[in-house]
Amino acid sequence: MRLLRLVLTRATFYAAAAIFAALFAIPLVWLLFAPFDARANLAVRLPHPFTLANFGKVFANAFAVRALFQNSIIQAGGAMLLVTLLATLAAYALSRSPIRGKDLLSYGLVLFSSIVTGTAAMVPLFLLIYSLGLIDTQLGVILVFTGGLLPAAIFIMRDFVDSIPRSYEESALVAGASAWGMFKDIALPIVRPGMMVVAVWTFVNVWGGFFVPFILLRSPSNMPASVAIYSFYTEGGTPIITLTTAYSLLYTLPVLALYLFVNWRYGFRFFGGIKS
Amino acid sequence: MARVVFDHVSKHFGAVRAVDDVSFDIEDGEFICLLGPSGCGKTTTLRLMAGLEQPTSGRIAVDDRDVTFAKPKERDVGMVFQDYALFPHMTIAENIAYPLKVRGAPAKDRAARTADVAQSLGIDHLLERRPGQISGGQQQRTSVARAVVHKPKVFLFDEPLSNLDAKLRVEARSFLKHLQVELGVTALYVTHDQAEAMALADRIAVMEGGRVVQMGPPLEVYRKPATTFVANFLGNPPMNLVPVKLRLDGGRARLQAAGLDVAVDPGRASRFRDGADLTLGVRPEHLRLVPDAGEATFTGSVYTVEPLGPETLITCTVDGQLVTARLFGDEPPELGDTAHFRIDEHHLELFDDAGVRVER
Ligand SMILES: Nc1ncnc2c1ncn2[C@@H]1O[C@H](COP(=O)(O)OP(=O)(O)O)[C@@H](O)[C@H]1O
Ligand SMILES: [Mg+2]
Repeated sequence: MRLLRLVLTRATFYAAAAIFAALFAIPLVWLLFAPFDARANLAVRLPHPFTLANFGKVFANAFAVRALFQNSIIQAGGAMLLVTLLATLAAYALSRSPIRGKDLLSYGLVLFSSIVTGTAAMVPLFLLIYSLGLIDTQLGVILVFTGGLLPAAIFIMRDFVDSIPRSYEESALVAGASAWGMFKDIALPIVRPGMMVVAVWTFVNVWGGFFVPFILLRSPSNMPASVAIYSFYTEGGTPIITLTTAYSLLYTLPVLALYLFVNWRYGFRFFGGIKS
Repeated sequence: MARVVFDHVSKHFGAVRAVDDVSFDIEDGEFICLLGPSGCGKTTTLRLMAGLEQPTSGRIAVDDRDVTFAKPKERDVGMVFQDYALFPHMTIAENIAYPLKVRGAPAKDRAARTADVAQSLGIDHLLERRPGQISGGQQQRTSVARAVVHKPKVFLFDEPLSNLDAKLRVEARSFLKHLQVELGVTALYVTHDQAEAMALADRIAVMEGGRVVQMGPPLEVYRKPATTFVANFLGNPPMNLVPVKLRLDGGRARLQAAGLDVAVDPGRASRFRDGADLTLGVRPEHLRLVPDAGEATFTGSVYTVEPLGPETLITCTVDGQLVTARLFGDEPPELGDTAHFRIDEHHLELFDDAGVRVER
């Protein structure tokens, strides 16, 4: 009797777990199979007949290729560098300065930042970028994303910077380091895992961002992949599943590569203090 | 190798006077301990010396060069922090070599000097490890190695032994003393442990509330504490302090309290009036057990007996007041016994009603 109950509980648990896992896995499996399927539809099935022709068609679309391998990389990469650099410096300054109300400032910025890249601020942002003469430039897109993501990035970085004991920096100073030397030799290496988190997070956010480039860019030659994917829709506005999935698969690869590279090179971790 | 001068140095944090008008000179090669309870301004004094804080007023000089507002890197000091502050992302070798690296020493000299220092501190087998992979005592030595590697003019220590366990602490203490004598470098050492200060210092500066209340060789501070605060802070157990009234009677002077009566040289009490409130101070080791009440200065009933091996601590209640005696060899009295004690006058210290020691 007890055994039966045990088996039943276990079975129920595994069944539930399997259902949940499938819920998450099925779309991914579909994305993996459909691009290689000459007659792909919304069903998940092994590619039949198997083909690479979908990718051939995607690569024939110069506009989409340029969007993915140039514009998206420039925009996401540019924002990534800018946000990571600025967030690190700002978090360091905020953490170490005696300014009153600096916590309130960071919280406030995080709160408002969700508005910046949201729909509500699009009209003023458009006007701002327009008067800066940056409409239809990659720089305009990079700046808007940077502004929107920076507060949260600073917030993440603050956690990392705050956890460096002041005595580390002070002992570097007493050892004879300059202020910059102390930052470069001590603070920067210790917060580097944090910078990696922020970098990947920023990249992913810009990579997947649709609305901002859609509004701020005009010429097809500047569009990122998130917009260019619509070139694989029919005139009537329905997606051509073979091509959109092939393009989507390519679209995920740079993010995956970045994540794997960072994880291999630096790891998403944090150095422990001295009392480990 | 350097002379250090603190000249009326104060450091205020808002309304807090962390360091309050502190003046002292440190001779070349001298080992000075700053001793005092938590919050008395020891660390702040050390940080002023290191250049991590700037004084609100006053002047600091090293070898007659004014360094009051000089940056840390312009001062040529080595400092051991309370938490050691080893860089967690560097190996032990990189940690030790860091002061040489920022000074632009060539890599070869760096490696040679690091190996040298590490060997003399007995940590040369750890050079490739990281701080998280070595013990507390080894971290402490690494921190010392990093502080001495560039041969600074002044050593600064902020309670470097407080994170070690008791046995290691005594070991590390002798080691630090030996090292300082060997290197002959001027040292400023912060501690709240009076035994550490007594053991290490050429001179002790006792701090209270941001001020240096007494500075002198350990035994002088121990024997002639300038105030009741110092008397109470040095020694374990500390000096017995008993409030007494002065009785002047003809040419004679006596100190009296309930259950206690002792004659003193009238010269010592000459500046006080009859009936003045004074404090009598006597070290526990200067209380002598006597067989009968006739010879005794006071009589108490035994409250606790603590045998420590070579000595026994006896605490008595004398009319509600606790008095501790340190007895060597004597057959100690037992709990509840009545014990008679004698204080020889030359062992007796007097403090006025402000707690300041009365010179003999
Ligand atoms: N940066 C600071 N800001 C405000 N008050 C401080 C600061 N540093 C020290 N203090 C205060 O100054 C006093 C002395 O501190 P400190 O020198 O650290 O004492 P100690 O090392 O003897 O324990 C304390 O009351 C402490 O709270
Ligand atoms: Mg302190």
